[in-house]
Amino acid sequence: MSEPHMDTPEELDRMNARPIDEPAPTGADQILDQGVRDPDALLEVDHVTLRFGGVVALNDVSFSLRKGEIFGLIGPNGAGKTTCFNAMTGVYRPTSGAIRFQGQSIVGKKKHEITRGGIARTFQNVRLFPEMTALENVMVGADAHHKTSVISALFRLPRHWQEERSGRERSLELLEFVGIRRRAGDVSRNLSYGEQRRLEIARALATNPTLLCLDEPAAGFNPAEKAELLELIRRIRDTGVTVLLIEHDMRLVMGVTDRIVVLEFGKKIAEGTPAEVRDNPAVIAAYLGVPTDAA
Amino acid sequence: MNFSGLIDNFGPLTVAGLAQGAIIALFALGYTLVYGVLRLINFAHSEVFLVGTYACLIIWGWFGLDQNSARPDFGAMLGYMALGLVAAIVVSGTVALGVELVAYRPLRRRNAPPLAFLITAIGASLAISEFVGVATHRNQRGVPPIIQARTVITIGNTHITNLQILIIALALVMMFVLDRFINGSRLGRGIRAVAQNPDSAALMGVNKSRVISLVFLLGGLMAGIAAVMYDLKIGVTKYDAGFLLGIDAFTAAVLGGIGNLRGALLGGLLLGVLQSWAAGLFGSNWLHAAAFVLLVLILMFRPSGLLGESLGRARA
Ligand SMILES: Nc1ncnc2c1ncn2[C@@H]1O[C@H](COP(=O)(O)OP(=O)(O)OP(=O)(O)O)[C@@H](O)[C@H]1O
Ligand SMILES: [Mg+2]
Repeated sequence: MSEPHMDTPEELDRMNARPIDEPAPTGADQILDQGVRDPDALLEVDHVTLRFGGVVALNDVSFSLRKGEIFGLIGPNGAGKTTCFNAMTGVYRPTSGAIRFQGQSIVGKKKHEITRGGIARTFQNVRLFPEMTALENVMVGADAHHKTSVISALFRLPRHWQEERSGRERSLELLEFVGIRRRAGDVSRNLSYGEQRRLEIARALATNPTLLCLDEPAAGFNPAEKAELLELIRRIRDTGVTVLLIEHDMRLVMGVTDRIVVLEFGKKIAEGTPAEVRDNPAVIAAYLGVPTDAA
Repeated sequence: MNFSGLIDNFGPLTVAGLAQGAIIALFALGYTLVYGVLRLINFAHSEVFLVGTYACLIIWGWFGLDQNSARPDFGAMLGYMALGLVAAIVVSGTVALGVELVAYRPLRRRNAPPLAFLITAIGASLAISEFVGVATHRNQRGVPPIIQARTVITIGNTHITNLQILIIALALVMMFVLDRFINGSRLGRGIRAVAQNPDSAALMGVNKSRVISLVFLLGGLMAGIAAVMYDLKIGVTKYDAGFLLGIDAFTAAVLGGIGNLRGALLGGLLLGVLQSWAAGLFGSNWLHAAAFVLLVLILMFRPSGLLGESLGRARA
């Protein structure tokens, strides 16, 4: 069981190069990297570097998300996209830099606290609770916001039942929303691959997120399934949830996102609207694997 | 070998084995719950049981009861039973939580390798039993006669006592309650989520530390009940009582499929009955040896135990 090292926030502050609560210094490189700091940003990734031994998985990466947008995070294999999600959700702690969500630092917070605070995610390789039914999987997510104590659950007090019932109803609605309600009672490992991916989205939505992070949700999908997924992502956005999408399929990303950040070898190489990014020579080079000057 | 002894006493041996097995099963739940969630053999669980066997004796002692006391009347018996159970449950539960907090949590924080946990587990187990040993001068302590064991059902030569019925019924009821809790409540869902995928459980908002504490607590509660039943059945306890029965309980958990609640019940009952039969067949000196040979044979054919390993596999 690999629980990453967890220190108290105070310790972490001391260990970080810059105290995480202090605003980042505003210098020339800041303006260059991030443009004007957006006070309404939902999530700010602020000069984040994350090393695994010698590997620099994220190298001074900065970007910020605005509420209500669909934001794309793209880049070739090994670019650091999943690592970025892991840093945002408390799986790994950045070596340096800050991550703020709704203005508050989340570096050093525990995973479940970050989730309860409003960031939910799915995984590149599906990670469901294999022996639970689809409904139970979603209810685990819904449980994140339930208040009843151990005592009232042990003695099954009315309040506990009421929360259990409302969690159940909401979970069924979410299964309906992602289109797999008829599989509610089936053990999740028996679901098809596509259904499992949808179930992961439903489970993440059940935690009632402000920001939903999807790690290659269309991996292994055929074009028809991809089209359905796009439709689903838009519907999620329409419910007021901000979406951060990692995706390999450029057409898919271009079609659905409002803004995009491109990573390569852990560095941000471009940021902008889909049209801007598509025409950026560095991005073309990264995707075609040719040096920038030859593109 | 004494085949006729086994056959003639088949009924009594089986009932005695079931009662012993019920205690083993309740005890085994603690190993299985913790293993299911942490993949850790909590060797200190035998001392969680041990302190329970003393906790009820101490409470009864406060009321002036010792092994030479007169038998209480029915009403008082009920009161003393309730008191003894509460004391054992509270003390065993607290010690279980304490062991997790002091011995395992700091290691988990530091991402210690599994061997470190194993050593700590053995260390915690020894430390507690030695502490009890020193505190009691390694003397055994007698149990007051709270319940008068008397035959209430007779079938042929099988005399079933009220105490045997109490022990078996209590084990079954507690198993049922625990099973409903794990498979039918929010907290149980959290436990199964952590058992099936600890990392994604945390990322879905499950507080892993709380789930782990809860699992130790539940194991402690069950061990506390087992401890009171053990006292009443055996009539004495001693600082090494947890160690000896703990091996049986751990074995039962593995036999049923460690990590599997229903497996612990099945494994406990089966081991109790096998030991009882072995005692009838070979004499009581062979009780453990014979039962363990059978255990090895069973594991050869079902390496992950009779019901398989998963705590998550609700519908085993
Ligand atoms: N736990 C880890 N330990 C060591 N190195 C790691 C770890 N996780 C990621 N890396 C390395 O960090 C780099 C970025 O990996 P990451 O998984 O973030 O890439 P990605 O952009 O998600 O790639 P893909 O498109 O293949 O999913 C890679 O070189 C990878 O090998
Ligand atoms: Mg990835």
